[in-house]
Order: sequence, then structure tokens, then C-alpha cells
Amino acid sequence: MTLTLFQGTMEQALIYSLVAVGLFISFRILNIADLTVDGGFTLGCATSAVATLAGHPFLGLLLALFAGALAGLVTAVLQTKLKVQPILAGIITMTALYSINLMIMQNRANLPLLKCDTIYTWAAGWLPANLCKLLLLALIVALVLLGVFIFLRSGLGLSVRATGDNPDLVRSSSINPSHTITIGLCVANALVALSGALLAQYQLFSEITTGTGMVVIGLASLIMGEAIVGRGGLIRCLLGTLVGSAVYRLIIAIAITSSLQPSNLKLISAIIVAVSISWPAIREKLAVHKLKKAAMQAAREEDSHA
Amino acid sequence: MLELRHVSKTFNKGTPSAKQALNDLSLHLNAGDFVSIIGSNGAGKSTVFNAIGGSFLVDAGRIFLDGQDVTFLPEHKRAGSIGRLFQDPLRGTAPNMTIEENLALVYLRANKSRSIFGITNKERDFFREKLATLNLGLEDRLKSKVGLLSGGQRQALTLLMATMITPKVLLLDEHTAALDPATADKVLELTRRIVADGHITTMMITHNIGSALALGNRTIMMNEGQIILDVSGEERARLTVPELLELFREKSHTALDDDRILLRAD
Ligand SMILES: Nc1ncnc2c1ncn2[C@@H]1O[C@H](COP(=O)(O)OP(=O)(O)OP(=O)(O)O)[C@@H](O)[C@H]1O
Ligand SMILES: [Mg+2]
Repeated sequence: MTLTLFQGTMEQALIYSLVAVGLFISFRILNIADLTVDGGFTLGCATSAVATLAGHPFLGLLLALFAGALAGLVTAVLQTKLKVQPILAGIITMTALYSINLMIMQNRANLPLLKCDTIYTWAAGWLPANLCKLLLLALIVALVLLGVFIFLRSGLGLSVRATGDNPDLVRSSSINPSHTITIGLCVANALVALSGALLAQYQLFSEITTGTGMVVIGLASLIMGEAIVGRGGLIRCLLGTLVGSAVYRLIIAIAITSSLQPSNLKLISAIIVAVSISWPAIREKLAVHKLKKAAMQAAREEDSHA
Repeated sequence: MLELRHVSKTFNKGTPSAKQALNDLSLHLNAGDFVSIIGSNGAGKSTVFNAIGGSFLVDAGRIFLDGQDVTFLPEHKRAGSIGRLFQDPLRGTAPNMTIEENLALVYLRANKSRSIFGITNKERDFFREKLATLNLGLEDRLKSKVGLLSGGQRQALTLLMATMITPKVLLLDEHTAALDPATADKVLELTRRIVADGHITTMMITHNIGSALALGNRTIMMNEGQIILDVSGEERARLTVPELLELFREKSHTALDDDRILLRAD
């Protein structure tokens, strides 16, 4: 792998790590499999692309954050106020977002941003040219992680974290769990959309299918990060999203440079997620199997002695 | 402090499995009362607590807490003035959060002006001081995840959390039933001390007839959604466990049918 390719891979890892952070909040903290992500990622792409085309790349990031939070809000309201099952609530929002994203992209499936000013061209103005993207992304991701860290340790963040852990407790500390779920989903989807927004300006286009499978990709990164870094305190979990995202992007880069078809990547992601989530169950089955075998072995030996 | 006026509740109304759990029940608690509650399985003891706590709305009657009509107040809005403990030690704490984070979570409700940068050292000292009163050594484990604690430790921590901001009423639903006898005694003693120190108005459901008489200043017996016996003062002080059981038989025309009953007279 060349240095340029490695650098590019790390840049993408930084961008996509925000999806993993978002999923850390919805999937790990709130304990909700939130499928809004697929639509929300494209939403971020689309919003950022349109704003960039109009000459406002930074406004694009802000708008994406806001739009993502709004998407999270819709899912949360469906779920908490209208009692739609969490998975279905996400699917509904995701489906609606497909049309909305097309609308934002002026009914075009692909919106190129050639020769536009982006946050990266802005960064090239004051950072070393060959490192400007990496440094800018590192700065943005560091700021976001710091913000998420502070949020999750604040009073409100504590209640959000307790919601996934023990909603009874949240209720008994006189906080409405519906509110904490809503706040959590808004923050998670804002981060996902920001990730999409950073990507659109990075790859210089926005495509309606960009977000497809993003939940699974994000989960794969999150879970791989946890496997490597562990699931200790908050700092460890947040670092895990970075590491997991880097590992995931490296796997993809290697797959692309080798003979593997890029179209197989989603299959690989799906397998990673399926295996890692079912790993505890698989491990238990294996352990029981071993015990049985040992017991049978012992019985046989006893028979032969008798 | 707490008043229930002619409260009724029927579950699954209008279906074949309809069950009247509370039947025109009235109860008045004075500030500082510590009431123990006993009764057969399904008598409606937990249902009384759920009605007070707002887990559901009652079909009829009114509930007043410290003069305020809370009959239609949603659960989380009552929670600020009600402390609750359940039989299951897992219910009152968040296992994946640390001891100090759990404490901070409830501390929020009194102290809205918390620092945005997490738990301050001042708060940490306060938590440590509070934990030290439990005599379980938890004051040195502020950063431990609560999921790592034993059932007794978790229940003691829950008791601390429920009373850290003195509640208007404390509801204990067989909160020592899942603990081994020695731990149960310890938590019960802790309960007695915390309730006495804070002059907390308390209701405690128990199937330990001995502790029902030993703790508090008043004992209530329930049967089929009604209060069939309410003793306090002199009369209660003279009651023995066998006499109490005999009284139950007289009032309800059946023997006390509690599958977890304990007749220890300690
Ligand atoms: N949510 C509910 N839905 C339907 N029926 C209920 C519900 N809660 C309680 N009941 C019924 O109401 C009756 C009273 O139940 P409750 O839990 O108050 O009994 P209890 O006195 O606490 O008994 P135990 O000593 O077994 O805990 C029971 O017949 C029970 O089946
Ligand atoms: Mg009960």
C-alpha cells in the first residue's frame, strides 16, 4: 500500500468515524437499532452539496447537522409519542428521506461539485497542501469527539446514558425517558449527517445511494473498534470508534487494491456485523458443546474401566 | 402527607380476566409515619404503590401528596417527590454506569446548576460522604461500574439514591426479599436509620411479619384490594406475631396466604 493510499484511507476513516460515534450513541447507549442512519447520511451529503454549490461549504456542514438532528427527531417522535416499533420508526424515516434527499438534490441522482470551493480548498489555503485534508478532518473529528465526551458526562448526557441502561431509573429521577431518547437520537443522527456532509465535499459529489448500508458499515466499525480497544469507560469507547473505522477502511482499501470486487464489500460488512453481534451466542453454544463432549468422554472412560 | 381517597382499580376491565386490584381504598399518612404493609399474594399491596407512583391512572378516587392532587400527574413528574425500591436490586440502578454517575443522576433533580464538565470534586466528596454512611466500603469505589456490585450493595446504593434528596414519601416493595438473611438484616437496619434520620414518610411492604411489627409506627393488612386492619400506637406495641396472624384470619375469614411469608418474631 502506498503512502498516498494510506493517507487517503485515514482521511476516509476520520470522516466515517462520525457514523460510528453516532451509532455508539443510538445502538450502544440508547440500545436502539436506528435505521434512520442510511437516509440521514445521504441527507448530510445532499445538504452539504447543495450549500457548497451555492458557495457556502461551512454553512453546508451546519445545515447537515441540523437536518440530521431533525431526521432523528422524526424517528424519535414516531417511536416515543406514536409508539411505532423502534426499527420500523427508523425504516419509515429512512424511506421518507429518500424522496426528501432527491428533492434537496433538485431531483438528480448525482450532484457533482467540480471546481467548487469546499472546506478542504479553504484548508489548503493555510495548511501544508499535501496534509491539509487529513489535518482539517482530524481537527473536526477531535472537536466533535470532545463535544460528545463533554455532553455524555453532563447531567443531560448522564440521563441519556441511563435511558438505555435502565429506563425505570430515568423515570424515577423525574426525567421523561421519551425526552432522553429524543435527545440521543437527534445527536446521533446529527453526527451521521455531518459525516455525510464531510464526505460529499471530500469526494466532490453527492449521490442518492451514498448512504445505503451505512448502518451496517457503521456498526461493523463500532464493533471492530470495541473488539480491539475494549468496552471500558467513555474515552475508550470513543477511541474505539476511531480505531474501528480505521481498521474497516483499511480492510476496504486492501480489498480494492487486491482482486476483490468492491461490490463484495457490503457482503463482508454484513458478515462482520452478523458474526460479531452473535458472537456471545456462538461462544455459548461452543462452550456447551465442549462440556457435553467432555462429559461423554468421561462416561466412556468410566465404562471402559468397569 | 399522603392521602388516598376511595381509590379503585380494575385491571383488564371488561374482559374475562378482569381483576379488581383496589377496592374503594382509603388511607391517610401523617408526615413521618412509617407504615409496614402485609397481606396475601395478590392482595393489592404493590398495586397501591403503583397507584401512588403513577405507573397507571386509577379508575376512581383521588391521590394527594403533601396537599397536592397528583391523581393525574404522569409518573416521571411524581418521581421527584417519591422514592421507590423494589424487590429486584437491578431495578434501581444503571449497571453500565459507575457508582458516582448513578448518584449524580439522581442528584440532578435537586441541583440543576451542575457544572457542564461532569462531576465536580465537591460533588464527589459529597457522594463519598454519603456512601460512607452505608458502611460497605463503596466510598472507595466511586469509579466502579454498579453492575459489579452484589445484590445487597446495589440495594443499599438504591436506598441511598432514593433518599439522597429527601422524598416526600418512600415506598419500599419487599426491598429485602431477594437478599440473603444477613444482608437483608443489614439493609433493613440501614432503612430504619435513613428513615429515622430524614423523618421520611415511609411505606414498606414485607412478608416478614416480625419486621412488620418491629419497624415503624403503624401496620396495615390488606386483603382483596382493601385494608382490613390498621394498627398503631399502644395496640400495635402489644401485638405479637401469632396474634397478628389470628387477627388476619378473623378479619378476612381465611388464613394469611403468602408463599414467601416469614414468621420470625425478631
Ligand atoms: N399490570 C397488571 N395487569 C393486570 N393485573 C394486574 C397488574 N398488576 C397487578 N395485577 C393483579 O392485581 C392483583 C393485585 O396484585 P399486586 O401485585 O398488587 O399484589 P401484591 O399484594 O403485591 O402481591 P404479592 O405479595 O404477590 O406481591 C393481582 O391479582 C394481580 O394479578
Ligand atoms: Mg407485590
